[in-house]
Amino acid sequence: MQQQPLLEVKNLKTRFKITGAYVHAVNGISYSLNEGDSLGVVGESGCGKSVGVMSVMRLIPQPPGEIYEGEVLYDGRDLLKLSSEEMRHIRGKEIAMIFQDPMTSLNPVMRIGRQITEALELHMGMDKKQARDRAAELLTMVGIPRAADRLEDYPHQFSGGMRQRVMIAMALSCMPQVLIADEPTTALDVTIQAQIVDLVKKLRDELGMAVIWITHDLGVVARLVKNVAVMYAGFIIERSPVEDLYVHPSHPYTLGLLGSLPRLDSHERERLISIQGAPPDLVDVPQGCPFRPRCPYAIERCVEENPPLLPVSITHESACWVDVTTGRPR
Amino acid sequence: MMAQNEMNATLEKQMVPAEDNLVVVRNLKKYFPIKRGVLQRTVGHVQAVDNVSFTVKRGETLGLVGESGCGKSTTGKAILQLDRPTAGEVIIDGVDLVHLKGEKLRQMRRKMQIIFQDPFASLNPRMNVGQIVGEPLDVHGVARGKEKEERVKELLKVVGLNPQFVTRFPHEFSGGQRQRIGIARAIALNPSFVVCDEPIAALDVSIQAQVVNLLKDLQGKFGLTYLFIAHDLSMVRHISDRVAVMYLGRIVEIADWQAIYDDPRHPYSQALLSAIPIPDPVIEAKRKRIILEGDVPSAANPPKGCRFNTRCPVRQERCFIDDPQLREVMPGHWAACHFA
Ligand SMILES: Nc1ncnc2c1ncn2[C@@H]1O[C@H](COP(=O)(O)OP(=O)(O)O)[C@@H](O)[C@H]1O
Ligand SMILES: Nc1ncnc2c1ncn2[C@@H]1O[C@H](COP(=O)(O)OP(=O)(O)O)[C@@H](O)[C@H]1O
Ligand code: SF4
Ligand code: SF4
Ligand SMILES: [Mg+2]
Ligand SMILES: [Mg+2]
Repeated sequence: MQQQPLLEVKNLKTRFKITGAYVHAVNGISYSLNEGDSLGVVGESGCGKSVGVMSVMRLIPQPPGEIYEGEVLYDGRDLLKLSSEEMRHIRGKEIAMIFQDPMTSLNPVMRIGRQITEALELHMGMDKKQARDRAAELLTMVGIPRAADRLEDYPHQFSGGMRQRVMIAMALSCMPQVLIADEPTTALDVTIQAQIVDLVKKLRDELGMAVIWITHDLGVVARLVKNVAVMYAGFIIERSPVEDLYVHPSHPYTLGLLGSLPRLDSHERERLISIQGAPPDLVDVPQGCPFRPRCPYAIERCVEENPPLLPVSITHESACWVDVTTGRPR
Repeated sequence: MMAQNEMNATLEKQMVPAEDNLVVVRNLKKYFPIKRGVLQRTVGHVQAVDNVSFTVKRGETLGLVGESGCGKSTTGKAILQLDRPTAGEVIIDGVDLVHLKGEKLRQMRRKMQIIFQDPFASLNPRMNVGQIVGEPLDVHGVARGKEKEERVKELLKVVGLNPQFVTRFPHEFSGGQRQRIGIARAIALNPSFVVCDEPIAALDVSIQAQVVNLLKDLQGKFGLTYLFIAHDLSMVRHISDRVAVMYLGRIVEIADWQAIYDDPRHPYSQALLSAIPIPDPVIEAKRKRIILEGDVPSAANPPKGCRFNTRCPVRQERCFIDDPQLREVMPGHWAACHFA
């Protein structure tokens, strides 16, 4: 038997109440993460990537939000059943999160040093001196030059890339078991993005923490993670080890995404295979397969029944009734 | 420093015979004053575009890449005279635009258009689609009444929108559809030159491909010439015939779309290429990455000598003294590095 996973999300469902209707943001996603694992969550904007991990962290505003089904098992405990006090401890110490906009985690009017030492004193029981030394050490570790001299600076005195590093230092301050990164490089230039991806990779290998990396960029995922989950309309529609996803994409949506991307290394310029239409409104997720209105492979069965994740190989699953290699029903 | 006449000689060489070039840009500069204090005294200048020269052939797409703030949009706007250049020449179809005014400039404006990044911000929310796409036809008195209506519907069809949409408003459309409306408007007057300023940056991946395919189709159909601005080098290579790489207000390399990937000569281009992930884990595992140190310096106070010298992994002493000019390192391939 396998070991018990570090983090296991089971059939998680989250929705938002709006006037007279629900936004079905996350519609029953499941995944698990072992120690030191890395999972990439890929999908276009609005497909439920952020709501999915914010639900894990219990950071969904309730109301209008509601996690109405599922379990989030961390170290055997269901996080969805913890008190806010217990959850605060998990967020500070066990699972940390970094965001696209570092200012969501940084306080603009507090000195950087204090922002880091506060958590160290609270969660790690350090005294002022120890916490300060550790803060400088953390900032050095994430590549901030002359870190000890910068503890008195405010967030606005750092560039975008450097602020992202400060946020990472803060997230790592209590040595979390899991780091959740929600598009932390999307707003950055590619050379700075490469610096940050490299940094997280290095820290992951050194500290042995598990990483969930959310992105809309299939390229970044190829560089960073071991496993990938592709999301569409609040569902995970394909899941596989990273190498296999690019060699044998098995869901028509994944195929479309890969076809939409010109490759930096290509020597031919074939017409891009675009996906027709646009993603569905999550207030009105179509019955049957959510991808059907855009799907060139659709068969009759897709109209009525939404396919669950079905195995393509031992480690690879796709939520589709059709075998995309033959175009025939599976 | 390279002597001025020597520089002009290299520039001339870069220019192919005039009739092939729709657009010729020579020593283009755009400086923005930095004002301080109650008196708003000018205390310095942002050298947003500093001595940029290139040409675009008829029917060609020149891609312009570089990281945010390097001067891409400013270059595009200075060429179209939406923002008057500080110095330099911009010749389109044989006419120097920099000193053109009034009716003559207005006539030239018909030939050149721009498509912006943000389809949400660039369309007037109070105008319906028919009015938005038809406006340039009104302004230039090209068509009115029934004829205008027909032309607008025709344009919507060309960009893949339902002609029935004329009475709808921008908020009723998705991002990709709004970008199509912007494109229909841009091509309404049969322009010959279109600056596409990050037209797909705000769109989702699957929608980006739709818009890029459309731009390519329109180019084939109407013989358009594009300056395609983007920070996504993969997409720029896909759509461009030649690619220019910008850094801190300068063009540091220009090459054919194949050569820019196969044989980048400038250390910045090399780092930029290596930073872009390729969606293929097998290739990714093998690629060598050049991680640049630090951030881009301020355009108000660019480094002396080579502007890339604060981050360049192969800089030498000379790079802090001499400012490298673009020179032809291979036929048709230009790089601004002493050691390229
Ligand atoms: N506070 C909220 N109220 C209502 N709808 C929301 C709220 N937060 C997110 N949503 C909706 O949930 C869906 C998923 O959003 P999100 O997880 O942020 O997408 P992603 O991160 O994949 O871009 C979207 O349709 C979004 O509009
Ligand atoms: N109107 C303006 N006033 C002052 N500075 C400007 C103005 N427009 C652009 N800049 C500056 O000029 C530089 C180039 O900007 P821009 O051309 O927009 O870059 P890009 O399009 O490559 O991101 C930046 O440093 C920017 O801050
Ligand atoms: S289940 Fe049907 S509609 Fe859905 S992706 Fe597969 S073929 Fe397309
Ligand atoms: S001139 Fe010097 S600093 Fe500039 S790119 Fe070349 S080697 Fe680097
Ligand atoms: Mg998100
Ligand atoms: Mg710009």
